Amino acid sequence: MSSLLTSSRLTPGEIVKELAFFAVLAVMMSVMILGVETVDRPTGLELALRWDLVLIAICATVVGRLALIVRREHLSRLLQAILIVISALMVFEMFVRFRDLDDRWVSPVTFDMATQSVGRAIFFICLIAVVFAIAYFSASKGRPTGEEDDTKKISAKLQVVYRTNTKKIGMFGIAFFIIFPLIFGENRSAIDLATLVMIYIMLGWGLNIVVGLAGLLDLGYVAFYAVGAYSYALLSQHFGLSFWLCLPMAGLFSASFGIMLGFPVLRLRGDYLAIVTLGFGEIVRVILINWYNLTGGPDGIASIERPSFFGLADFSRRVPEGVTRFSDLFGIEYSSMHRLIFLYYLILILALVTNFVTMRLRKLPIGRAWEALREDEIACRSLGINPTNTKLSAFAIGAMFGGFAGAFFATRQGFISPESFTFLESAVILAIVVMGGMGSQIGVVLAAIVMIGFPEMFRELAEYRMLIFGAGMVAIMLWRPRGLLSFRDPTILLGMSKKEKVAGEKP
Amino acid sequence: MAMLKIEGVHTFYGNIEALKGIDMEVNEGEIVTLIGANGAGKTTLLMTCCGAPQVSKGRILFEGTDISRMPTHDICRLGIQQSPEGRRIFPRMSVFENLQMGACTQDPKHFDSDLEMVFDLFPRLKERITQRAGTMSGGEQQMLAIGRALMGRPRLLLLDEPSLGLAPLVVKQIFETIKKINKENKVTVFLVEQNAFHALKLAHRGYVMVNGNITMSGGGAELLANPEVRAAYLEGGH
Repeated sequence: MSSLLTSSRLTPGEIVKELAFFAVLAVMMSVMILGVETVDRPTGLELALRWDLVLIAICATVVGRLALIVRREHLSRLLQAILIVISALMVFEMFVRFRDLDDRWVSPVTFDMATQSVGRAIFFICLIAVVFAIAYFSASKGRPTGEEDDTKKISAKLQVVYRTNTKKIGMFGIAFFIIFPLIFGENRSAIDLATLVMIYIMLGWGLNIVVGLAGLLDLGYVAFYAVGAYSYALLSQHFGLSFWLCLPMAGLFSASFGIMLGFPVLRLRGDYLAIVTLGFGEIVRVILINWYNLTGGPDGIASIERPSFFGLADFSRRVPEGVTRFSDLFGIEYSSMHRLIFLYYLILILALVTNFVTMRLRKLPIGRAWEALREDEIACRSLGINPTNTKLSAFAIGAMFGGFAGAFFATRQGFISPESFTFLESAVILAIVVMGGMGSQIGVVLAAIVMIGFPEMFRELAEYRMLIFGAGMVAIMLWRPRGLLSFRDPTILLGMSKKEKVAGEKP
Repeated sequence: MAMLKIEGVHTFYGNIEALKGIDMEVNEGEIVTLIGANGAGKTTLLMTCCGAPQVSKGRILFEGTDISRMPTHDICRLGIQQSPEGRRIFPRMSVFENLQMGACTQDPKHFDSDLEMVFDLFPRLKERITQRAGTMSGGEQQMLAIGRALMGRPRLLLLDEPSLGLAPLVVKQIFETIKKINKENKVTVFLVEQNAFHALKLAHRGYVMVNGNITMSGGGAELLANPEVRAAYLEGGH
């Protein structure tokens, strides 16, 4: 150890100080989460203390930190790998103990597991291998000068590749989503998940108009989603109107709600705007809960009519007299998947329409005015742009797409209640827009897959998926603080090819 | 008749009276400059002409129309464009898009010729056409701010401290261009400046503002020679 330390720039005292600091940090962070647990006893709820977990957490932190110090000082890579493995083992041990409440204070669970079953042992070895690999590859980049440059070069290259091929990537994405049901046609959960992701992509694109383009932070976007869903549900129940008639009407209602929200917040900016929009979202939800006669309150609205095949045919197995069945219309065998696939294509088309309209609007004066408004409102006004109309149009158009998505949501679920329209939904949609990179259309798709798709795919991991999700969010904050795809390209290229333009542009 | 006529204008920020009864005129084809120390109210007067903040007392006439109660975006449609204090270009948009924004009130049929005119005045902008405006140097941003204002085909151009924070050589270049704009493009210029020497040399007429009042006015050369002006704004300068 002493020979290692002589080559380092830190004295042993400094190292101890640093480790002690992180130990204290680990205590502060773990004591409430890991150290105390509520246990249901016959006498009532009691607190149980779990110091073993806290101890392991501290050890894992200290050893992990030591590994980082070794890496920073460019000492032995083997030592670093060993330390990281020890740290990883401890973290794993901590998780296992956290879940198993009984076998406490016995020999380390990880050893038991390795001896108990071969399968678990293999899993465990794989885990170690992965950690080793990560440690090795991250360490191999750790040369004093090269590291920053290398990663920057790679990201710059990726950026150029992405920006010169945006259209191709977009086309590829669309093609993938179109053939998706052909690949997963019989897999009900895959289609369901894809439909859900598509709803959020559409909501993300809709909110992107308000937040990404016009720069108006809207925390109550779910209100428009709710208005769309309820307007379809109510119109269909009370007046028996079909989905195809209600869809534009839902958009219209939502747009007028957007204008209703827009007027009082015209003068607000930034935090204040965010608070008012948040309040608006809650107002709509609270009204939905309390206006029992109209909305059914917390009971929601059930058995909402499913969409027909453009009014030509129905997807149900048994259809009433005089209505064509979808499978008969095409002379194919009946399958309950038809409706799901139809719904999937429906939301795909709706989302693509949203995207197309947004892209077109960006090239029109109104879209340009939104972006200019985001950059500088005073300059906009002095150039003759009417900020009132511009802001209201952004709210209205953004809300309209939220309304379309809401109507689709209602017809897909067949049941809606205020529970589907909580603030959490707004936060998720906003997170999709922000994570994707403000104003980036493809970024929204990626973020929606990451935010909605991944947690659903890893549902078996139960409570751990939220942990992974949190880690993912932290990683994005660290490495892509402006969102996954955070470039904005000029909308008009003026005779230059896109490649030349990207290459010629200063960073 | 004066193109821009300011009659007894008072402007308040809350309870603070920033302008205490200003009378001023800008005639067609002129370059008129307004000089004064920090906080004298120069920018306030210029912004008041644009309707933000609005006049509390008095009125402002542009070609005979009272504009003192009009909203900013309507005033600009009458043919008044400004390059505001601190330039206020759109930093994340390209140079070309910035210029497009300047032309947003105009008939698109003028766009190409206007663009050419701006590029003739500021060839640097043409080189930078696809660059993000926020990544350009201060001087280039100032050129862009003026160019953007010109894209709105103004008859009266309001310039707020175009020399702020620029290197002397660039300042000289900008002022030469302002002269050119006035002469060749027949745009009347109302210039607010702290750089009194350059501004007075360029201007046909000048006004001196102290604490929200106009204390002196006269021809540019005349003010430049005035001992009081020299003592207050020019000594130790150039």
